[in-house]
Amino acid sequence: GSLSLSSFLPSLPPSSFLISPVSPPGAGDQALFTSLYTPLAQQLPREPMEWRRSYGRAPKMIHLEANFVQFKEELLPKEGNKALLTFPFLHIYWTDCCDTEVYKASVRDNMMRWQGKLRLHGSADWVIVVVETSDAKKKNKTNILPRSSLVDKIHQIKICVVLSDPLQDSSRSQESWSAFLLKLRTLLLMSFTQNLGRFEDDMRTLREKRNQPGWSFCDYFMVQEELAFVFEMLQQFEEALLQYDELDALFTQYVLNFGAGDGVNWLGSFCSPVKSWTGLLLRRPIDMEKRDGIQRGQASLLELRSYLFCRQCTLLIFLQRPWEVTQRALELLHNCVQELCLLEVSMLEGALDCWVFLSCLEVLHRIEGCCDQAQLEANVSHTVGLWAYATDKLKSLGYMCGLVSEKGPLSLELNRTVDLLAGLGDEKAETVHSLQSPYKKLKEALSSVEAFERHYLELSHAAVEMYRAIGRMRSAQLIGKSLAEFYMRKGDPELAESFLQNALRSYVSEGWSLPVTHTRKQMAECQKLLGKTENYLQTSALLAGDANLTDEERIHFCQEILTFANQSTDSKGKQPKVALSMSSFAQLKQLQFRPATATVHSGTALQVELCLLSLMPVAVPLEQLAASVHLNLEQGGTNGKTRGPQSRPYPGTVLFPLANSSGMPPSAACPSLELEEIQDRSPLDPHTLNSTGMVCKNTHLVMRRHDSSPSPDTPNLVSPVPVVMDDGAKVLMSGDVTLLPGNNSIVFSSQELGTYTLRQLCATVGQVQFVLPHISPLVQYEVYSQEPQLTVEPLTDQLLAGLPQRAKVRLQTGHYTVKKGDALQLTNIDSMPVLTSSSCPATILNSTAEHVGESVLFIQSSEKVTCISLPPTPPYHTLEFQLEVLCVIPSDPVWPENQRLTNGEIRHRNIFCHCLCHCLCPQMSIDCPWSIYSTPISLTFYIPFKAKHSLLSAGNRKYIQVCLQNVSDVNFHLMDQRLTEKHQESSLELQSLNTKAQQLVCSKQSVYCVWDVRWKENMPLCLQCVFSASFSSASEEVSSFKPYHYEFQLERVTTLYSVRAEIMPAAGEQNCHSGSLCGLEMSITRLAEPEDNEDDGETEEVCSTKLMYEVADSSNSWVVYGRSSGLVSMPADANANHRVQVELMPLFAGHLPFPDIKVFKYLPPSANSTSQPDTDGCVENDTLSLLDRPLDDQGDTASIRSRGSVHSVGSGEQQSRGLPMPRLEPFNPGQVFNHSQGCQVLVLPSTDDHVLEINAT
Amino acid sequence: MAVCIAVIAKENYPLYIRSVPVQNELKFHYTVHTSLDVVEEKISAVGKAMADQRELYLGLLYPTEDYKVYPHMIRILYYTCLHVFYQIENILLYRHTRYGYVTNSKVKFVIVVDSSNTSLRDNEIRSVSQLLNLYGSLKGFQGI
Repeated sequence: GSLSLSSFLPSLPPSSFLISPVSPPGAGDQALFTSLYTPLAQQLPREPMEWRRSYGRAPKMIHLEANFVQFKEELLPKEGNKALLTFPFLHIYWTDCCDTEVYKASVRDNMMRWQGKLRLHGSADWVIVVVETSDAKKKNKTNILPRSSLVDKIHQIKICVVLSDPLQDSSRSQESWSAFLLKLRTLLLMSFTQNLGRFEDDMRTLREKRNQPGWSFCDYFMVQEELAFVFEMLQQFEEALLQYDELDALFTQYVLNFGAGDGVNWLGSFCSPVKSWTGLLLRRPIDMEKRDGIQRGQASLLELRSYLFCRQCTLLIFLQRPWEVTQRALELLHNCVQELCLLEVSMLEGALDCWVFLSCLEVLHRIEGCCDQAQLEANVSHTVGLWAYATDKLKSLGYMCGLVSEKGPLSLELNRTVDLLAGLGDEKAETVHSLQSPYKKLKEALSSVEAFERHYLELSHAAVEMYRAIGRMRSAQLIGKSLAEFYMRKGDPELAESFLQNALRSYVSEGWSLPVTHTRKQMAECQKLLGKTENYLQTSALLAGDANLTDEERIHFCQEILTFANQSTDSKGKQPKVALSMSSFAQLKQLQFRPATATVHSGTALQVELCLLSLMPVAVPLEQLAASVHLNLEQGGTNGKTRGPQSRPYPGTVLFPLANSSGMPPSAACPSLELEEIQDRSPLDPHTLNSTGMVCKNTHLVMRRHDSSPSPDTPNLVSPVPVVMDDGAKVLMSGDVTLLPGNNSIVFSSQELGTYTLRQLCATVGQVQFVLPHISPLVQYEVYSQEPQLTVEPLTDQLLAGLPQRAKVRLQTGHYTVKKGDALQLTNIDSMPVLTSSSCPATILNSTAEHVGESVLFIQSSEKVTCISLPPTPPYHTLEFQLEVLCVIPSDPVWPENQRLTNGEIRHRNIFCHCLCHCLCPQMSIDCPWSIYSTPISLTFYIPFKAKHSLLSAGNRKYIQVCLQNVSDVNFHLMDQRLTEKHQESSLELQSLNTKAQQLVCSKQSVYCVWDVRWKENMPLCLQCVFSASFSSASEEVSSFKPYHYEFQLERVTTLYSVRAEIMPAAGEQNCHSGSLCGLEMSITRLAEPEDNEDDGETEEVCSTKLMYEVADSSNSWVVYGRSSGLVSMPADANANHRVQVELMPLFAGHLPFPDIKVFKYLPPSANSTSQPDTDGCVENDTLSLLDRPLDDQGDTASIRSRGSVHSVGSGEQQSRGLPMPRLEPFNPGQVFNHSQGCQVLVLPSTDDHVLEINAT
Repeated sequence: MAVCIAVIAKENYPLYIRSVPVQNELKFHYTVHTSLDVVEEKISAVGKAMADQRELYLGLLYPTEDYKVYPHMIRILYYTCLHVFYQIENILLYRHTRYGYVTNSKVKFVIVVDSSNTSLRDNEIRSVSQLLNLYGSLKGFQGI
């Protein structure tokens, strides 16, 4: 079996070793090998061998396969042979000679000759195979050459293998085969390893010489590729790929070095002009054509690269790494472009584009060929780069060849196309029959405008779709943009628009200003062609204000707007105006109110100064600038109270957040929250909160979705949002304004009544209106109208009654103008006279509380009215002056008949309002010139004193004490305290016991005054007294004393009874002892004869008065034994006396106060007495319960035995049962005089007291 | 050397972008912007591993014929970031504060290198300091 070498390489089955078998000249041996060839070739690769490698490389299991070639001397490698593929690794000599004679006759010589040749060529890898067959043995039984002897005979022979009965199916034969195969494999591998090692060493040596002159990359390429082929044969694709990668890197490095000025000779061949740009060809495993070129040193750079990549691609696909192919392909293509540039290879313009385009498609076709659709779809990210690159290249070819224009290619361009197509050569045989080969595509695309468009669009759309599919939106947009450019070139702006919009939206949203500007410029062109006037103007406005453009460009776009604005007015009269967003045109930066409160009253002008930053490059004349305002109905009006702008750091100034013109991130454009606290207060009590909360005032801005609709405020609009104008709204106008580039100040003024919110701003330039649809934050101002207001307020914290006090009168004129002669008329009231002086100073303040002027008021007082003539005061001014008033303290309250005078509380009279805290609220009314109604004015005066009186008795003598408490915060001087009878009728004499004529009564202190009451005749039943004193404020330098009166009434002052008590120790004792009984003797004496009307009915009946006494101990030191209360009947005679004995026991030792003795009038039950409603007289004394109250002898007091029942004595329930109840009525103070009040008695401790009681409190 | 350097905020807007041939500025803007596609892809691919790292080199991406684009994710503290910028260029600080949207993380550096420039190896742009050296070279070249 010999094989021709020439056809070897391309058809080389992977992994086969070349073994040169040696067959003897005799036909018999040739026949022997032929008979063994088939099983040998089959069985050799069947079992793997471990391949141990040098340099510590990992061992691998490989299958050996071999080519058997007949021995020829010329096949033996000569000195310096670099071929590894055709290297005969093992020489085998086959013989079946078993006859000694034959051996001696021919075989030996033959063998020796063979060995001689091998030796001559330095080949030591050989083996002699002796095939033993039983047939042969049988034939020549006589001259059997014993195996040992044959082996002996060829003693120099290193290796000899015996194969027994190879063609027979016996166990011996099989054993023999396997032993033989093992031996063969081992020998083969040994030889291979040895020779490979030698080859690698040689290769390395060669590589080391690479910097020597005369070294050729192409030669070296062939050597290393030989190694790669060998690895490929062994199916060691990784190793094979490595060889190519090393070659790749080596070449790349040389090119880079060349670029850096370090050129080598052999690179010269790669620098020659490129004449063919057929692109990569990946359909053949080995492109022999290109390989030959490399071998001959005639390959161009592109050919070398193509061949190298083709091999790499083949190996990568063997390795099932198709995605690495695409990645490497892209790198290769980029790299080739650079390398051609570095090596300064001259190439027809566009040729490289052709090459790249063809190569991209070829790679994609190759990959599509080895992957299924699902795999392809899952790995779009790996292929899309090639698609995009191909698209890009086709596009530039199209532009270059004049295929992207409305008119078609020029002749120059046609020539170029022809040249480019020439470089493609003929289509390769592999793809001739394929309909969609890259070659055909390119050729077709360059053939006509229509075909180009079709192919270009197909590719572009495919790339866009792929990018979208994997989420690379930006890349998709970029391709979309070049599509748009294509459409624009083709005069097809409709199709371009959406692509531009997409791209622009993306750049705007991510804040890339330069791309925004560029794309917007394209957009403007597109919109202009489309005749979308409004959009075009809006875009022009944006561009005119775009700082990225040159002044010329900006002015151009600005001029576009102005031209349109003026044209339209000329030609088309009544066309509706075009409304554009103002933000691209000018920015509202600041707004300032004058006055700063943003609140004026009607009649004055409120000025609003706007600061507008014009973004236009030139001055723009505005026909008018209008700010539309909205009347706030719901807020009513604050009537001049400040709010809104004033709470900001700069009063009256509203700063607007700068809306960015371009390049601002969208997040930054998000408006800040405007929060306001709301409180719901209770209508009754302003200090009580019902609820509170926060409201966001600009929810519509904050909550707006950012992704969907572009915000109307930002100028970064892809297409302008229709601007809605407020129709019919009130506007503030400013006409004929010229906006200069930069900051401009425009002043509006407003006079109309109401609270207004600024809504929109609209600048009109001819037919164009620039509208700022929302002014945010909210800006409000108010023009208000106010009714005149008159208030009277105390000048001090409290107004004190009885003293002259100052009150401030404030007249807020509002819309009313106070004319000369206008006067206020106060209706005089007696209790509060106005202390008139003829004139008093007045102050006039303007609306911002600035002092404007002084004036003098004239006050005229008549009996009924006080007339205050006002100075002329302009509207919305405040006139202030002070009035001195005196509130008279009422001294003579008229009490109802039956009301007892228990304290000094002043009761109200009809002119005073009812006040609890000693205050007086006199109401006065003022007639004002602006109104037909009187204005009621109420002032609150506090009475500085609180008076109390009491009656003191000493036997028959009477004293009246008056306590005067200063309840105010002021200290007073008090003098001239007098007590007089109101009606000087009786012969009463009140003698003052007070020594001081004048006294200081500090705040919260009291003064007591006592009078001795003497009388000559009978004491009147009722004493009506008037306490009067003069007081003046202690702080006043000149004290003018004002009177104070206090009236009171005392009834039944005369002492009727005197009670005298005595405590006597038990009989035989000197002193009382605690715990032992002692006696209380009380004596009640009538001092005066009963008056006629003293007790109704009783005196007439029996001329005696029934009294009830009661011994009550409030100090818990006594225990009453026996009766504690009882009835006595006092005869009507004066000096009638009644004695009562009560037994007591002291509980403690010491000086014990006497128990209290109370005496009541006892009114026996009577039918007509039930009508008496006065139940106040009923006994109600808590201390009674401590004393047991045994039933009275007469049983009359049965109903008052217990405390609880006492009160129910007069209740209707019991009366309705017809059980008349007795009543007790206390005496008036002073009617009963107790002599022993305050007496003490000495109580000694009981003698047998073993317990010492200590009370510690 | 580097022909364009961009610092890109978390929200993908350029905090800073400078390129050396000024006439090609627009092209670089487009290139850098488009490269964000791949940056985002890589960031999401790296996923949580990133959380531990202060900086992350994403490798060469988005090569074109003419330029290589190297993205760089840097997770550094805000002030460090500021400081570094302050050294580079004052105007950057101004812009920086004006936008004020830089967070601690996800600031991206994208550096575009001229493909024909062969003295720069891929692995030479791995760390911030090396990056800043590039900044330095850019600065010197452009005379910022």
